[in-house]
Amino acid sequence: MGWALALHGGAGDIPRSLPTERREPRLATLRRCLDLGAAALRAGRPALDVVELVVRELEDCPHFNAGRGSVLTADGTVEMEAAVMEGATLRCGAVSGLSTVVNPVSLARLVMEKTPHIYLAFHGAEAFAREQGVETKDPSHFITEDNIERLRQAKEANRVQIDYTQPMKGQSPQETKAPVDDNSQTGTVGCVAIDAAGNLATATSTGGLVNKMPGRIGDTPLVGAGTYANAICAVSATGRGEEIIRHTVARDVAALMEHCGLPLRDAAARVVAGTPRGTTGLVAVSGAGEVCMAHNTTGMFRACATEDGYAEVGIWTDEADGNGASVSVRL
Amino acid sequence: MGWALAVQGAAGAISPSLPPELREPRLATLRRCLDLGAAALRAGRHALDVVELVVRELENCPHFNAGRGSVLTADGTVEMEASIMEGRTLRCGAVVGLSTVVNPISLARVLMEKTPVIYLAFDGAEAFARDQGVETKHPSYFITQDNIERLRQEKEANKLQSTKGQSPQEIPSPTDGNSRIGTVGCVAVDAAGNLASATSTGGHANKMAGRIGDTPIVGAGTYANALCAVSTTGMGEDIIRYTVARDVAAVMEHRGLPLRDAAVRVVAGMPRDTVGLVAVSATGEVCMAYNTIGMFRACATEAGHTEVGIWTDDVDANGESVSIRL
Repeated sequence: MGWALALHGGAGDIPRSLPTERREPRLATLRRCLDLGAAALRAGRPALDVVELVVRELEDCPHFNAGRGSVLTADGTVEMEAAVMEGATLRCGAVSGLSTVVNPVSLARLVMEKTPHIYLAFHGAEAFAREQGVETKDPSHFITEDNIERLRQAKEANRVQIDYTQPMKGQSPQETKAPVDDNSQTGTVGCVAIDAAGNLATATSTGGLVNKMPGRIGDTPLVGAGTYANAICAVSATGRGEEIIRHTVARDVAALMEHCGLPLRDAAARVVAGTPRGTTGLVAVSGAGEVCMAHNTTGMFRACATEDGYAEVGIWTDEADGNGASVSVRL
Repeated sequence: MGWALAVQGAAGAISPSLPPELREPRLATLRRCLDLGAAALRAGRHALDVVELVVRELENCPHFNAGRGSVLTADGTVEMEASIMEGRTLRCGAVVGLSTVVNPISLARVLMEKTPVIYLAFDGAEAFARDQGVETKHPSYFITQDNIERLRQEKEANKLQSTKGQSPQEIPSPTDGNSRIGTVGCVAVDAAGNLASATSTGGHANKMAGRIGDTPIVGAGTYANALCAVSTTGMGEDIIRYTVARDVAAVMEHRGLPLRDAAVRVVAGMPRDTVGLVAVSATGEVCMAYNTIGMFRACATEAGHTEVGIWTDDVDANGESVSIRL
């Protein structure tokens, strides 16, 4: 069996025409995170440590919608959220509404480990961050030019917007096809892992939706929606938060495996196929060492690796760079 | 088949020695809510309307931990949360961190119906409330003497717990043993077979400011789909990690169990003294299950079964009880 790891950097209507300069830095980060995570697992680190360290890397990378690089609310501010969950114990931690915490996923872990609570939000979460002495920075640290531009465009179009398909500086709006569904979301980063001892863990982190109402919470910090792990599997979802919430995506994958005896791939495919097209992606690993990366969107930034040497990195399905039978499923 | 309705006003360590002056007002409110809900269902109102109106009544009653009468955070403030879900469509709405909104459940419904957002919290939720013109009052309106006293006792108990190793349950509370937790909720299936669930709470006494419990989390404290509608109460953190409300429906669906068996299985799988739930199914089944000492609850069906109670030996029912204590 052995360890396995999968991570994502957002599912959505990622256009094939995504220019190299917007694609390569993200793929490079995914590869780097994959290597970091695999090295940690090889070294015997517990799954919970691994998912946290991988998601921290993704949060620190400004090209993903989490931590620095988070998309902006309608007020031009950043409201970050994250969750972690440990499969063997069902311990979990979640945070929402952060504006100064450099690594929301680590604060979520502290909520889990240092308080009797699971979920802290907004002022209370920020106060806890200060009490715990986690690294914080001025809100401006998290705001990137790209996201200021995305927000401006979204307001102009007066709609909630996906990250990747809108024209950026220097591109004329006519050159870019309007998104098929401009309410679909991308963004969110996540990681699932099973370690050498068979422990499962998951972590997810995001800035949410471009131009979201301040105070809007998505699926990421909601246990059972965007993030879930038990003794059977660990799941991290991405996509349109509201759909993931109402379809309790992460929980349902585990429930199908448990109640219907489905292997991970079938359970994941069934759940993703059950949500509206273009809204959902997920990465998952099971207690039996299976790995699956499923999405019903155009693409999903993703990567995975297993102890027996399989590795895969990709965005769409036909270009996935894998050395073996792909574990990616597009619905 | 026909319509059915179940209401809860908290599960917990409700002492059987709870004096009448603390028991009767709550039971009276539960009966009144049951009558209101049943009358609405008889009149053909939609399940979503019914669960909202019942929960509004419970929020307005200062004896329950929701709306006015909400327990206080460690800072002595009120942070209310609520969620509502419609089974047929999976539409849902949830609000968190409210301090001035008189009826959090109604704000959750407005959110569900007027925006693409499911979940709104704190300042953003309060701003939305003002935008929508829902009724708001000064935060002091929600704070009752009982809850000021509860907070004082909680803080005292925490101090004692850390210095003497005494558990909070060992410190007798002059009000009731349900000093820390509580929630109100309602589930209904209407004459047309529509299912809905609604839950509302002030949370956990002495909670950290910003702490969110199970109540507003779809799948934890509240859930409804085409099979059943569930509203839970108890230890929020346990309900979250065990995704209680969602699991009842999943077990019905995947294991083909009737509502009662599904509810029992889920509740029995939880740590002792952590959870209670009320549920109805699309076929009109009703179940009120808990693994705590008691649960304030009531239910009614079109077929004429009604039941109101707290523990198992006090149940005032006409017909076979649908309550289960695990």
